[in-house]
Amino acid sequence: MTDKTAVAQVDLKKVKPYGDTMNDGMTETAFTLPVPFGEEGSEAAKILAKKMGLDEPNVVYSKDQGGGYTFFIVYGKCRHTVDYTEIKVTKVEVEIMDRLECAKFIKEKIKRDVVIVGASTGTDAHTVGIDAIMNMKGFHGHFGLERFEGIEAYNYGSQVPNEVLIEKAKEVNADAIIISQTVTQKDIHITNLTNMVELLEAEGMRDKVILCCGGPRISHELAQELGYDAGFGSHTYAEHVASFILNEIVEKGRA
Amino acid sequence: MKSKLNLDPKVIDSARSCASRIAHSMQEFIDVHTTVSTERTVVRLLGVDGVDDVETPLPNIVIDQILEAGGLPRGAAYWMGNAMIQTGLCPQEIAEKMSAGELKITELPAAGIEEAKEKIMPYVKDSLDKIKAQTAKREEYLDTIGEGRTPYLYVIVATGNIYEDVVQAKAAVRQGADIVAVIRTTAQSLLDYVPYGPTTEGFGGTYATQENFRIMRKALDEVGEEVGKYIRLCNYSSGMCMAEIAAMGALERLDVMLNDALYGILFRDINMQRTLIDQYFSRVIIGYCGTMFNSGEDNYLTTDDAYEAAHTVLASQLINEQFAVLANIPEEQMGLGHAFEMDPDIENGFLYELAQAVMAREIFPKAPLKYMPPTKFMTGNIFKGHIQDALFNMVAVWSGQSLQLLGMPTEAIHTPHMHDRYLSIENASYIFNNARDIGNEVEFKENGIMQQRAQKVLKEADELLHEIEKDGLFTTLEKGKFGGVKRPRDGGKGLQGVCLKDEKYFNPFIAIMLGGEK
Repeated sequence: MTDKTAVAQVDLKKVKPYGDTMNDGMTETAFTLPVPFGEEGSEAAKILAKKMGLDEPNVVYSKDQGGGYTFFIVYGKCRHTVDYTEIKVTKVEVEIMDRLECAKFIKEKIKRDVVIVGASTGTDAHTVGIDAIMNMKGFHGHFGLERFEGIEAYNYGSQVPNEVLIEKAKEVNADAIIISQTVTQKDIHITNLTNMVELLEAEGMRDKVILCCGGPRISHELAQELGYDAGFGSHTYAEHVASFILNEIVEKGRA
Repeated sequence: MKSKLNLDPKVIDSARSCASRIAHSMQEFIDVHTTVSTERTVVRLLGVDGVDDVETPLPNIVIDQILEAGGLPRGAAYWMGNAMIQTGLCPQEIAEKMSAGELKITELPAAGIEEAKEKIMPYVKDSLDKIKAQTAKREEYLDTIGEGRTPYLYVIVATGNIYEDVVQAKAAVRQGADIVAVIRTTAQSLLDYVPYGPTTEGFGGTYATQENFRIMRKALDEVGEEVGKYIRLCNYSSGMCMAEIAAMGALERLDVMLNDALYGILFRDINMQRTLIDQYFSRVIIGYCGTMFNSGEDNYLTTDDAYEAAHTVLASQLINEQFAVLANIPEEQMGLGHAFEMDPDIENGFLYELAQAVMAREIFPKAPLKYMPPTKFMTGNIFKGHIQDALFNMVAVWSGQSLQLLGMPTEAIHTPHMHDRYLSIENASYIFNNARDIGNEVEFKENGIMQQRAQKVLKEADELLHEIEKDGLFTTLEKGKFGGVKRPRDGGKGLQGVCLKDEKYFNPFIAIMLGGEK
């Protein structure tokens, strides 16, 4: 038995990765280098890992990928620290209501049906995101907006031009437009999301609708920068989007 | 072979014959119609290629002129044959003159049908000879350097740049891949033309062009010779230009083509009349050139629930099989797609997946079934994702799937990096080798969870098919029975390119291709 303190306490002003001992900095990384398999290649991986801020790098595995490429798995001790106490993240600040609470909120505070249109717009062919939020079935046991009492949800699917979604929004007098973006290669989602805001502004509609976007690579901060009211990333379900929209309707006096 | 799932052959027969009646009834509609893209395919097969100075493909210029003049019901083959008689030019020269605004193909003196047919026959034969030479080349490779074992390891490349794709594809082959699919750029399926030439810009994939096919074919032949096995090339004969791409694929020796009208209707909102007509010609070409087609049923589960809607996948596979039969595609080329990715939190989900995969194998014993990896429930947790893929690989080898599209641990994050593909190939190779004969060794408990599951799915598929037969396929799609997606008969993209054939219409390729080797 030793009488030393068993576990060092974290210093939130100097946070490091944790492996099995406080501040050991243990980090794993994996990458491919365009160099042939061999000792020189492993050395290159080690040097690179040091430049990444990993002390005592250890190439635990390397594998020839053919054609002059090699894959590496490297462990090392991260020398950098983060001041956690200084961090500020913009998040969608709203109390999440479940489906039934949303229905009650609509009944009591909005007193009419709320109309939401959505699509995966631009060239994006993926419906998985918009379906998870809007379709009756929802995702992972969380029902979609179509199932919410008091919400009229219209899911127009994928590859819908922004212009078309705006037309649909007008047709059904939508309170909110929600857009899903899955493909992000070469920042195509940024171009498309920006285009939507510009079109709405040109139509004089931007101030009349609540505009949200979502997708695995989308953050609230990015969305706000692009001129959206909110952005939703992974682990978002229909109730998150609904809670935000319903609160906005009340806050903006559109009930 | 005795059914391990104790499936009732009478129910299978009932479902299959019902699907056959559904396909036949649709075929009556298909037979009397043609489309702009079907006719562009005819023109391409007659040797017309290239683009004008604003990148409009010549086949589009030819067909658009015929369409505007109201000549489409007669078919492009007639107009081309007639123009050859009247001008003494070849199809390519005729197309170039049309493009230059120097020729109105429908305003020439009109020769008889038989004369026009006779005039184009040498070009038809020439085209078919080129296709047959490619088919023979494939056979020769298979006879000499051979191929990988099933389940074939099927990987995708999707850099957007065909030359970068070549680098990735060759690396994948050296790592063990048997099939390389070049994913198309997003939205190509909705283009009513096929782009031209080599391309280096695409989003989430690379344009399918004949030149890109040629570049990748050459690369895969080279690396195949290097590793000592034939490497199959896959692309998409789907979307608005199904048949045109099938023709290009036949000419450039593609081995596998995604080809499924139902998929285009449901997930790309392509007009159902248009795409079912196009699918027919594309499948005739596919059947003729020895290419394998892949259907897209696995995608239903991105919009519907895998557990509850499993029978819709089987019903669709049976319909797809019968459409293929009508296009004279041998069973050995019917790469029906499936996998029923369920929420990984479902208790005994693995048993249901396995039951359904074995069921598909038993119902389509000779078909080169294509098994899809998980995508919908991949989260970005690459470590768990690797295990989800491993379970699917286990099902694939156990149930004797023919093609395994390899799941990537980084699914839901990005298109695969070089080492993502390596990790996936390693995962599959390990499992396929380590459990190679498990399917022959293990039987399932009488009336256990797996037998009951498969029997239930089969029974529901049979019931659904009978409903479809009653309603007709168009109405069924309008009602949203597949994938939970509703599509109107006259909605979607491409309906304006559909017309009724007139009584003198002919397509010289279909008859010969259906007739087989000539």
